[in-house]
Amino acid sequence: MTDISISGRAAIAGLGATEFSKNSGRTELRLAMEATLAALADAGIDPSEVEGFSSYTMDKVPEYEIARLLGCNNVKFFSTVPHGGGAACAPILHAAMAVATGVAKVVVVYRAMNERSWYRFGTGSYGFGSTPIFENVNYGWYMPFGFHTPAAWVGMFARRYMHAYGATSEDFGRVSVAVRDFAATNPAAFFHGKPITLEEHQASKWIAEPLRLLDCCQESDGAVAMVITSAERARDLKQKPVIIKAGSQGITTGQQSMTSYYRDDITGLPEMGVVAKELYAQSGLGPEAFQTAVIYDHFTPFVLPQLEEFGFVKRGEAKDFIRAGHHARGGRLPINTHGGQLGEAYIHGMNGVAEGVRQVRGSAANQVADVENVLVTAGTGVPTSGLILGAA
Amino acid sequence: MAEQEWMSEVRAKVGREYGRVYAWDEVNAPMIRQWCEVMGIDNPLYTDAAHAAASEFGGIVAPPAMLQAWCLEGLHMNNYAPGSTDENPYEVLKMMEAHGYPSVVAVNSDLSFERYLKLGEKLYYTTRLDSVGEEKTTALGTGFFVTLIMSFFSQKPAGDEKVGQLLFRVFKFRPANVPKPAEKGAAPAVPKYKRPQPGVSDDTRFFWEGVQAGRLLIQRCTCCGTLRHPPAPVCIDCHSFDWDTVEASGKGEIHSFVVMHYPEVPPFEHPNPIGLIDLDEGVRLVAGLVGVKRDEIGIGQRVQVEFQSFDDGELTLPMFRPVAG
Repeated sequence: MTDISISGRAAIAGLGATEFSKNSGRTELRLAMEATLAALADAGIDPSEVEGFSSYTMDKVPEYEIARLLGCNNVKFFSTVPHGGGAACAPILHAAMAVATGVAKVVVVYRAMNERSWYRFGTGSYGFGSTPIFENVNYGWYMPFGFHTPAAWVGMFARRYMHAYGATSEDFGRVSVAVRDFAATNPAAFFHGKPITLEEHQASKWIAEPLRLLDCCQESDGAVAMVITSAERARDLKQKPVIIKAGSQGITTGQQSMTSYYRDDITGLPEMGVVAKELYAQSGLGPEAFQTAVIYDHFTPFVLPQLEEFGFVKRGEAKDFIRAGHHARGGRLPINTHGGQLGEAYIHGMNGVAEGVRQVRGSAANQVADVENVLVTAGTGVPTSGLILGAA
Repeated sequence: MAEQEWMSEVRAKVGREYGRVYAWDEVNAPMIRQWCEVMGIDNPLYTDAAHAAASEFGGIVAPPAMLQAWCLEGLHMNNYAPGSTDENPYEVLKMMEAHGYPSVVAVNSDLSFERYLKLGEKLYYTTRLDSVGEEKTTALGTGFFVTLIMSFFSQKPAGDEKVGQLLFRVFKFRPANVPKPAEKGAAPAVPKYKRPQPGVSDDTRFFWEGVQAGRLLIQRCTCCGTLRHPPAPVCIDCHSFDWDTVEASGKGEIHSFVVMHYPEVPPFEHPNPIGLIDLDEGVRLVAGLVGVKRDEIGIGQRVQVEFQSFDDGELTLPMFRPVAG
């Protein structure tokens, strides 16, 4: 079976992004084009060579319009992965599969949203109706009670996790403080130059107990795009190739979207466990292989069980890892060195993949020494995904 | 996102200073006494001349929170003290109103003080249009946060002295979900926020009908007997499509919980506690918690269902109340 593995077959050859802001002042289509053209220029690949596209839901920019504006005439692969931020790593997986199987030689993955200025996710008003489509029925178990924000849905898991393992609000705060420290020294971060203290975290207002304001990521406008091609071709392009060593999506027992409350144990993220197992199997790597990681941080509490699912620590011991500062600048496994979504921007995880690329290239604002492999995870609480990126 | 053209006229006014509004009366003991009486304040610094004279102030001072009261127009609207400006610091609100943002709600009123005021001081204030935010959509509707800062001065021969300020912020908006008037000519309906109705399908209707009738029903596979919630068309264990229901005792315990604080979305009251309940029958469900004090909610707390009706009986929900273990 190993001869059909995608591991090592494709590489991220180009990276492009817009600035991250609270109000981009231009259309999502324009953001997508700016990032895509920047990524192609970064790679040194002509736009007409693009043969495939992949993005994920909640992005409203269609691939056919990008293809039209790029001047593509031979597009053979396109996919849109469901579950918003949970899909963040999946377009790279899809692109790698398309490249590895020869369906498309050059694939663009992109994320372009005016999330902050046009939508906002935390308002509590999503227009779920009463027609009996699945989504309305499903969220009908929650919305009538006013249990209606992502922060609250995550809070339900977090409270049980705290109860089971003795993690505290301060432990969540330590996640926030560490990523804001990285953001403070990343000029591309929205919170550049604005570190926070644990005291400020503890003084920040309740959003949905046990989550405080500073446990919740910001909302942002912006776009990120990448170009994926074969590892072989990437060697001859402008940038140091970033090899896609493994990629996986994950769904497991009792899976729901944000509300997998009906599992016997709600203190883990078993769908991320599925991703971890597959990533390690594809790559032949284990937790000791990473010098840094990008752990999806829309809400701080879910960073802890992710560290456990990937075996960086035993179940319930992430709090000790974090209290020791292993996740922070200079620690054993610095995570979210771009500042995370809490500190850099909320581009639904695609900016985290971009940080993985920069860490492998050696061009990150907060560069970790001698990076061989980077783990990148996608949104948690929903069907999810993950990647291992590494040097050739 | 580009702004509507007329907003440039609004933006041009940001930073503008509006003229003085004078106090009718100097800071005086009768007004202070009446204000304290109405507010239920009995600090002798404000009303007991002998006590105040012996204090560090050497005489009666005005309660700081009275600051705004000195320069109000009084009983008759817009009847300001002589010499006051005719300029309207709220002119940008009128401009927004003309472009379809009719509603207003005050969101901040923050007083700050430089020092205590003494009897005999004569005040005035000026107003500055401090900022107009970008268009935002809140649960109330879409519009603009407008911030005014009123600076209060005491008139002095050697130059007027700033004694405090009031930051006043309003949200000027176009309401979301305004019900249409029932018929032409009828009085416009007052917006009434209702709880969202659940989506109900053939797989879940029994649950909501049960709740309406005051019964908490759990779906049961008639093939293997497994109970399941949330309901589904097929058994997770044996994949049989045959099912019936059993009535739950309504007893259980809290498996986890959250307390919703922000955003405050009508019609919900905040803080709003929500529980994940382990029913004694062995299934779990999410529901509101009632009769709980914030610091008494705990995992493992025993609870009992009760049924509450909302929105004039349009919606019935199972809620859980703590009971003795």
